[in-house]
This record gives sequence, structure tokens and C-alpha cells, in this order.
Amino acid sequence: MSRVITVAVAGQPNSGKSTMFNAITGAAARVGNYPGITVERLEGTYRFNNHHIKLIDLPGTYSLTSYSPEEIVARNVIIDERPDVVINMVDASSLERSLYLAIQLLEMGVPTVIGLNMMDEVRRKGIRIDSQKLSEALGAPVVECVARIGVGKHQLMEAAVQLSERSKGTWKPLVFSYGHDLDPVISEMVKKIEASRFMTDRYPARWIAVKYLEDDESIIKQGDEAGPLSQELKAMVQEVRRHTDKTLHTYPEALIADYRYGFINSILRRGILTRTQDLRLDASDQIDRVVTHRVMGPVLMLMVLWLMFYITFHLGSYPQSLMEKGFGLLGSAIGYLVRPGMLQSLLVKGVVDGVGAVLSFTPLILIMFAMLVFLEDLGYMARIAYMLDRVFRVFGLHGASAMPFIMSGGIPGGCAVPGVMCSRTLRSPRERLATIFTAPFMVCGAKTTAYIILTAAFFPNYPSLVMLFLVILAWAVALVTARLLRWTVIKGPSTPFVMELPPYRLPTFRGVAIHTWDRVRQFVTKAGTLIFGISVIMWALMTFPQLPAETAGRFDQEIQRIKEQVETSDRGEKTADEASQQELQARLQELEARRNEAALRHSIAGRIGSGLEPISRLAGFPWQVNIALIGAFAAKEVFVSTMATAYSMNETAPEENFSLSQRLASDPAYTLPVILSLFVFILFYAPCMATLITIVRESSWSWALFVLLGSIGFAYALSVCVYQAGTLLLG
Amino acid sequence: MVMPLRKMKVNQRGRIMAVNANGELGRRIRDMGLVPGTDVMIVGRAPLRDPVAIRLKGFTMTLRNSEADYIMVETEN
Repeated sequence: MSRVITVAVAGQPNSGKSTMFNAITGAAARVGNYPGITVERLEGTYRFNNHHIKLIDLPGTYSLTSYSPEEIVARNVIIDERPDVVINMVDASSLERSLYLAIQLLEMGVPTVIGLNMMDEVRRKGIRIDSQKLSEALGAPVVECVARIGVGKHQLMEAAVQLSERSKGTWKPLVFSYGHDLDPVISEMVKKIEASRFMTDRYPARWIAVKYLEDDESIIKQGDEAGPLSQELKAMVQEVRRHTDKTLHTYPEALIADYRYGFINSILRRGILTRTQDLRLDASDQIDRVVTHRVMGPVLMLMVLWLMFYITFHLGSYPQSLMEKGFGLLGSAIGYLVRPGMLQSLLVKGVVDGVGAVLSFTPLILIMFAMLVFLEDLGYMARIAYMLDRVFRVFGLHGASAMPFIMSGGIPGGCAVPGVMCSRTLRSPRERLATIFTAPFMVCGAKTTAYIILTAAFFPNYPSLVMLFLVILAWAVALVTARLLRWTVIKGPSTPFVMELPPYRLPTFRGVAIHTWDRVRQFVTKAGTLIFGISVIMWALMTFPQLPAETAGRFDQEIQRIKEQVETSDRGEKTADEASQQELQARLQELEARRNEAALRHSIAGRIGSGLEPISRLAGFPWQVNIALIGAFAAKEVFVSTMATAYSMNETAPEENFSLSQRLASDPAYTLPVILSLFVFILFYAPCMATLITIVRESSWSWALFVLLGSIGFAYALSVCVYQAGTLLLG
Repeated sequence: MVMPLRKMKVNQRGRIMAVNANGELGRRIRDMGLVPGTDVMIVGRAPLRDPVAIRLKGFTMTLRNSEADYIMVETEN
């Protein structure tokens, strides 16, 4: 049995790198994240003839500079984990640009196998590539592939094994000329670097010199720590920079890129690449004439978004309600098996209700994500970003922010959990954080339940108008907030939009399935455990401390007394008429409701709610609303049921019974300013815990905390303004 | 005639003369292969006239008008 060979798979975005990785490793890939950033790390294995190959999927990058986390990760894996071989998947239909990454890998010196992908497209377009000559020119094995159907995967593995046996761990950096302006200074720098062994244990000397000339932040920072030579190198770079600026009006890093492309071109011209027509429009460009047309484009986009939305939330509602019913059944089963008391309450009201409320989102995430991955792999997401960028840029966002907003409830009824998740398609860090902060402002399905009750109570004649107003308000405030954030907390120039419009390619089922499954699994496991904890805490807040024995006893005695009356009248003759029977039942229910209200008010949550009343009064909220808002953090649907408890109502299904609405409508405490203030607060005050945990996963704990506190503060300020202004104006 | 990429019309072709952006924008532009000597053609513009889609080196990419300002192109007549 030979030793394990480690192979890293690199490639530019849309090169078919992941498709080939999936083809080689099958379904056995393990998905994880690179520490600290939300870049997926996939690992898998391949075996043949006693060779055991471990594969690592590197993030897709156009280059190996240090501008994005993806690039730094790709570079560090190669440097730190020193894979035996790197396979570089290359889109052969745009060979010149695709080799830009390959050249940089070869400059590092890591043994590299080039996988020429999309060879079917290449042949169809009539392009001829001499892969034998290319291999000789680059000094690296070249394998022709069609990743979609798995062509070339075994040959790639064979080439990797042979190369690792030939190179035996030694790296031989590719050297070519960077022109007479840079070559002399490079050799001088290399001499100095080698003489003082400056970081040469990690990197090839020439590579370090080139990175200094490229002004690579990450390498220069490491160099500053490594020794005084760093200052000297920087001075040399400064010198040559002045020189190139004066004589050529350009910078060393631009020259380096020019010479890399020049080198690639000089190779390709040696009869390797023929019959190419670089500027001839693709079929995809022809499709785009319609798909991104001035009028047709937006119309088609609206239809796609609407369809996606419709499928997610209408198709998803069946398994979702099934899961809700399942959890309901589980709750009743526990209620039946476990004696009434603390444990039963904890299990049913805390664990099952809390975790169930969140896990019921799983089908939505599954469907939504499958479609999202499909659109992404198809190439349509890039077109959405292309069409909407002009609008979103005004607010400091990116064209790709549209999807998270819409999914979160930009069309009412969405859900911020999948919404925040699909912010992952945003490659610009600042725009991404702003999107994550503001997407939960949208009118999600759970908020809608609260608005149905409140609208029925206060604006019974204008339900659709109120909803429309809320949606417009949500969009306006989200966009303006994003703008404010981008001016303050996440200040900075907009990340360059420069991106590829990849050719439309039908996604593989396997690729979509792997990514979707991965996302769902992460949501269920990671979120499941945290939500379990928070649910228990929320339950405890609303349960403890319990009513003092005396008060509880009084309620119990009263309830017992009425129950006895009911029983006696039951047993009694026909004289006990129906009316008195019903009256007793009603009193019994009212008493239980009052007991629940007293218990809730006595609990920690109740005390917080009452304690916050002096503050919340500024926004017009009574203590009942405070408790309901606290409860609604667990899941926004809880707002209605907690309000019902706080107003001594029996728990009612919001769609069927509008008694809570009637109760609120008749309450003189709810003046128009209070109502408007409440509407605003519910819309913006805090993401629910499921969303918050998703935010933690998609960004960081500190950003999630900032989102939580920031949006509470923001919503409060807004509500106070609305209430105070309303009171002033309306007297 | 030399003009910034922004000024070019749909279907017009040209050859890049200079890229005057540095920093992250300059690097992203160069990484995509927009270097002097490259032939480009305007494929189209987004519904709101911005960003612009261009074809070069056998693929299609897009960038904002404000980013296209940094790219000088010599156009055919």
C-alpha cells in the first residue's frame, strides 16, 4: 500500500472545478468551512491501484493575490498544507484568461496538473487546442476533460500520482521575464532574500520578490515581522515604482500582470491555440439580448423571482405544516406521557414548541436553496446582479443584494433565514454585512400573523392597503439604513463590481443536491443545538418565578369550586339548564386565563416587561406589548399568542378567532400614535432567534450582536419619533 | 480614436491601450484579463444603462461605467 497523496483542486470561478471535484469524489465529500470565513471547504478521497488520494477543494479564484478571503485561503492551503499536487481546472473555452491562475501556481512552484475542461464546448466552437504542446510549454501535465459527464477524472488522478512520484515533494518555480524594467530589481531582491534566508522556509525567493512588487499586503505584513530586510525590499520597490511611473506611467503590479498575460500569449501563439474568435458572441450573449433586454429583462426577472417565491412558500407550506403538526403531535404525546408539572411544561412549551417553530423552516430552506443553487449554477444570478446593480448601488449595496431582500420578505410572506443565507452569493464583504443587517427588516411570514391581528383590530377596512404600505415602508427603511450603515459602521468604497457573466450552463443534479443538502444539514445541526438552548431560556423567562403559593392557591380553589359546580350540575336533573352550564364554563375559562396572565406578569419576562414600561411608554407601549415583543424574539408568531395570554385571552388560532383584535380595538390605550408606533417597531425591532443564529453562521458573533442591539435601538428610536410626533399632531 | 470604455457603443470593438486604475479595482480588472493589447467588444448594457457587458478573450464580463472610465480603448472607426 503506497502512501496517501494529497491533491488540492484549484480553479477560477465557473471553470467547472466543483463539478470535477464532485465527479472524482462522488457523494462522499465532506463539507466544512475554512475557519473564520464562510468559504466552504470540501474534502474527499479517490482510490485506484492501491493509490489513496485525498482531495481538497480550494475556493474558486481568478488569481492568487490577497484581496479576497478566498484567494488568501487558496494560497495558504498550498503553502501551509503543501499538497503533493495541485490540479488546476481550466475553462478551455477562454484559455488565455484561465491560464492566468495556472501561471501563478507554476510560479509558486507547486507540482501542477492542468485539467482542460469544457473540451466539448471548445470542439463545438471549432477552437483547436494542442494540449501536448501546451504541456511541453508549461512543463506541466495537461489532461483534457469534460467535467459535467466525468470525462478525464481518472486520467487526472493518474497524472497527479505520476507527477507526485516524479517531483517527490520538490517545488520547481516557473521563471519567465518580467521585462527589462523589473527583471534587474527582481534578481537583486532574490539575491538579498536568499542571502538572509528571508522567509525562504515558506516561500520561493523569486515569488517573495514578485509579491513585494505586487504590493501584496499579506506577504509584506509577514515580511515586516520576519526581519529588517522587509524595509529594504520595500525601499527597492518604491524606487522602481517611481521609475516605472515616470517612464511608463504605470505601476509594477500592472506591469507584472501585463507580462504574465504576455507570457501566456507567447505560449499560445506557438501553434497551441488556433481558430479562436475571441469576440464572436456566444449563444449565451444571444440569450442575454432577450434575458437582460431593457424591457423584457426586468419583466422576466420579476417572473422568475415571483415563481421562485411562489414555489418556495406554497410548495414548502405543505411539508412545513406537516412538520408543525408533527411537533404538535409530539407535544401532545409528551403531555400524555409526562405528568403535568414543571417537566411537562419544559418539554412541551420550551423544547418542542421552540425547536419545532424553528425546525419547521427546514423544508423552506431545502426548496429555496435548491432553486438558488440552480439559478446560481445556471448563471442567472449574475444576470440579476447585472440588472439591479444600478439601483442597489445608490444605497451602498450590490446588485446581488436583491435576492436576500426578496427572500426575506421583500414580497410579504418570505423568511429572513433563507434570505440571510443567500447573502452568501455576495462576494463583497461590506455590501454583504449591510445586506445581512437590513434584510430582516422585510415583512416575513411570521410578522404577517401579527399584522393580521393588529390590522383586523385597528384598520379592519383597509387590510391590503396596510400591507402594501408596510412593504413599501420595509423596503424604504431597509435601503436607507443600508446607506446609513455604509456611511458609518461599514464605511469604505464600494467593492468593484467587475465580474464574469458566465455562459449559461445547465447545472448538474449532483452539484445542486450536494450544496443544498449541505446547507440544510448545517442549519439543522448547528442551529438546532443553539435554538434548543435559547428555547429553554425563553421558556424559563416566561415561567419563573412562579406565582406565590398563596395567589396560585386562590386561583386553584376558585377553579376547583367551579369545577365542582359543573360536575354537580352535570349529575343533577334536567333542572340545571344549558345556560347556567355555559356560564360556568365561561367563568372557568376566564379564571384560567386570568391565572395565566397573573403567572406571566409574575415571571421574569413579565417583570422585564413591566420594568421596561417607563422606557416603552415613550414609544407608547403598555407592558403587555413588551412581554409579547420579548416572546416574539423566539419566533415572531409568538407575538400573537403572548399578547393573548397577557390580555387574559385563551390561546386562539389567529386566522379563526379575532377576539384578541376586538379586545385590542376596544382598548382606549391604543390610540392611533400607539398603533403606528407598534407597527413600526414590530417591523424593525430585532431578527428572530433563528435568523440571528443564521447571521452568526453567515458573518460572526460580534456582527450578529451588533445587528440585534442595533436594530432594537434603531426601531425604538423610530417608534419614539412616530409616537411622539403622532401625539403632538393628533393631540 | 482613443476613448474611455464607457463611451463605447454596443457592438463597437476596440483594443485596450491603458488601464489607469490601481489598488483593488486595478487588480480585479487585470485579473479578468483587461490588460493593454486586449481586443474588446461591447455586448450590451443593463436596463438602466449601467453596468456594461463586454466580450474579450473568449468570455463575457461586466463592470460599472464608473469602473470603465479607467480603461482607455482605441476603437475602429
